[in-house]
Amino acid sequence: MEPTIVRYLLLAAVLFCLGLFGVLWKRNIIIVLVSIELMLNAVNINLVAFSRLGLSPNINGQIFALFVMVIAACEVAVGLAVLIAIYRNRSSSDIKDMNLTKW
Amino acid sequence: MMLPVLNGQMIAFILISLVLIGSAVAMLFSRKVIYMALLIGGVFIGAAAIYILLDADFVGFAQILIYAGAITILMLFAIMLTHHGEQNEKQGKGHTVFAVISAGGLLVLLYWGFNSIDWSKWNQLSPKTPNPVWGDNSVQAIGNAIYTSYVIPFELISVVLIVSLVGAVILARKGEE
Repeated sequence: MEPTIVRYLLLAAVLFCLGLFGVLWKRNIIIVLVSIELMLNAVNINLVAFSRLGLSPNINGQIFALFVMVIAACEVAVGLAVLIAIYRNRSSSDIKDMNLTKW
Repeated sequence: MMLPVLNGQMIAFILISLVLIGSAVAMLFSRKVIYMALLIGGVFIGAAAIYILLDADFVGFAQILIYAGAITILMLFAIMLTHHGEQNEKQGKGHTVFAVISAGGLLVLLYWGFNSIDWSKWNQLSPKTPNPVWGDNSVQAIGNAIYTSYVIPFELISVVLIVSLVGAVILARKGEE
């Protein structure tokens, strides 16, 4: 029994939903960023699975996965910089205190 | 009905999936923020193992270098720079219910979608190639594709990377006075 594509898709779906749950449930903003990384990894698993087991297998899925990784690295760098700037002003990493732009 | 026979690939897939989902769940429900940042490394390494199982060696090793190396260390730095005591889990009741309903609802929706697809037809249509189409050297295939079809996206993404890193430095440095 080979692992067919639907198993990879189910694995990625579970991982994506865990990430979504973390984004909505956690209050520490670092953990919210980590949960976004979980969701991006689920998307990458889908891309690589379609690149190997899809209807027309080719290398493009892997290249898109690499691009997603680069954008994720940018996102983490900017997100953590914003987090540290806010922490310096507010002395808190709780997402409830991040209401600077609230009217 | 054919009895499902486990071969090596399937056993590896099941083990990697258990590690992946297990460390993701443990990450979400652990109390200390430091443990969370270490457990996310398990998720990243499990994803790299999945890529290698799918014959995407280069993406797998890039995953280990970028995610399990750089991003986990960056998260650890951020946790050390901010307050990282015991997390007081005083979420509101409606908050938790909302999170469970949205994530669970999405999972149910996706599962329903997967079940509504006729996978026997998919198996008929999909090509029967046991070996990956890019040969046994995915590094060469990725290099060829990046420097022929994807030159402009590759250059643009390097611009995005440098701009975001410079922006991160400017955002994170101390104020003037």
